[in-house]
Amino acid sequence: MIEILSSGATNTIQDGGRRGHLDIGVSMGGAMDISAFGAANALLGNPADAAVIEVSMFPFRLRFHRDTNVAVTGADCMPAVEGRIMPPCWAWEAKQGEILVLSPPTSGARAYVAFGGGIDVPKVLGSRSTDLKAGFGGWEGRGLMRGDKLSLVPVDVKRIRGLGYGGLPYGEEKLPLVHPDSVAEVRAIPAAEYDSFSLGTREAFWQEVWTVTKDANRMGYRLSGATLRPKSTLELLSHGIVPGTIQIPPSGQPIIQLADANTCGGYPKMATVIQADLWKLAQMPVGGKLRFQECDVVSAIDALRIAKEFPNRLASALSYLAG
Amino acid sequence: MMSARDKTVESAPPIRIAHAGSGALLLDAAGSSFSDQIQEHIWAFSREISKEACVTEVVPGMNNVLVIYDPLHPTAGTVRDILLHNWANATPGSVSGRAFEIPVHYGGESGEDLAAIAAFCGLSSEEVVRRHTQATYRVAAIGAMPGFPYLSGLDPAIAMPRRDSPRARVSAGAVIIGGSQTGVMPTTAPSGWHIIGQTEIKLFDPDRVEPALLAPGDIIQFTVAGIEE
Repeated sequence: MIEILSSGATNTIQDGGRRGHLDIGVSMGGAMDISAFGAANALLGNPADAAVIEVSMFPFRLRFHRDTNVAVTGADCMPAVEGRIMPPCWAWEAKQGEILVLSPPTSGARAYVAFGGGIDVPKVLGSRSTDLKAGFGGWEGRGLMRGDKLSLVPVDVKRIRGLGYGGLPYGEEKLPLVHPDSVAEVRAIPAAEYDSFSLGTREAFWQEVWTVTKDANRMGYRLSGATLRPKSTLELLSHGIVPGTIQIPPSGQPIIQLADANTCGGYPKMATVIQADLWKLAQMPVGGKLRFQECDVVSAIDALRIAKEFPNRLASALSYLAG
Repeated sequence: MMSARDKTVESAPPIRIAHAGSGALLLDAAGSSFSDQIQEHIWAFSREISKEACVTEVVPGMNNVLVIYDPLHPTAGTVRDILLHNWANATPGSVSGRAFEIPVHYGGESGEDLAAIAAFCGLSSEEVVRRHTQATYRVAAIGAMPGFPYLSGLDPAIAMPRRDSPRARVSAGAVIIGGSQTGVMPTTAPSGWHIIGQTEIKLFDPDRVEPALLAPGDIIQFTVAGIEE
């Protein structure tokens, strides 16, 4: 069992997300940074969909009530146990009574804490993810708070010896915004209303350096930058949207819809961020800067294939090392 | 001689197809206004296309449908052809809807935009309420939020474009108008629609066998539980 000692309302239990209920309006949800989430479970030999804690408000502290394998991935939040600081994306065995502290990140915005076996909360509509908007799933449908005690799925896990081990989740790519001046390149495919914007407006969309405003959460991010307007006013009938959809509301400032987004929307759609780059948005803090890069479907699928293979490659490398 | 199948092909409404990322296509059959006939085609198509191996989710919208598929599935390369074939051959069947009455407290604090809609439409608040309760609505689709019904049948005289910027918090039970559509908030959430009243009906419960109260095809009538200026 683990006990939450301090947390913020946006720190939630997440897994790979909820599938098959978009047609009754239930969001996909799930970890915002699927790469870091996958790595956390892969490092521990967990099922790929095991539930973890997604931490976006720091500091975050918890206590282990028994010896537990644990992995922390995603944002570099200097995970500390009894004064020892773990490297980013690291797995080790925590001892009963130890306290884990995650500090405000030096890079990235969301950390993932996985435990051997995964967190044991009931599945709601097929998933352990917390749907904050609708108030169900995860732990009582809400963010984690001081005093919450979480059980782990009982499995016979191999103890991690010594100092532990690690594995970077993003291949050659660095976390965006390691440097305050850096601009993340986020690939996107033109969407349904792309041609309803003038050539100049489309160019502005691709060239602008956009800033993530404080209206940024698991539902979506509002960006600030150039004001974009379609050639003529569009009032569309509501339609299904996917995480990554970039809408241009009448204010002219883009909104990127994310994991907990409404399943349908009505604003014109300029483009869709490719699935393989959604993690970059997940790791972007308020004030973070990004530029959209036009991408075609074939390149997007190639990027997705590589991203999806990563946790498997990490898991097989670890089993090779373990002999 | 024309076969029955050719006739079906001829009668399928024209569509536009657009990418929604690398793993979804949006089929849009919407004309200048919502059509019940097109929506029946959407329902029939949605039932069939969800059986395709590479298709993971089907999201019927208002005269449009989003089809999400696994782009790494072996048949994903031909998904566009599969969609077009299914669209041409979908045969709308009869959807037997249930009837629901939704009592609404119109106006006042819980319907703060009623006066604004009345002003925009050049009507009195009472007339907006009269027109809202007089119409019979059909659930065209469920979406946006858990259990949220998109209803067809709003009197165009009380339509009003969505807000320039959504409100961060609109309460569960709020009865709203956005563009040419009306609906009820199932949970407290952001929304860009205008709030005209409040109801106590619970539209969604994840612990129910059928979590969403309403389903496409259901018939809705709003009734007046009260009006405040």
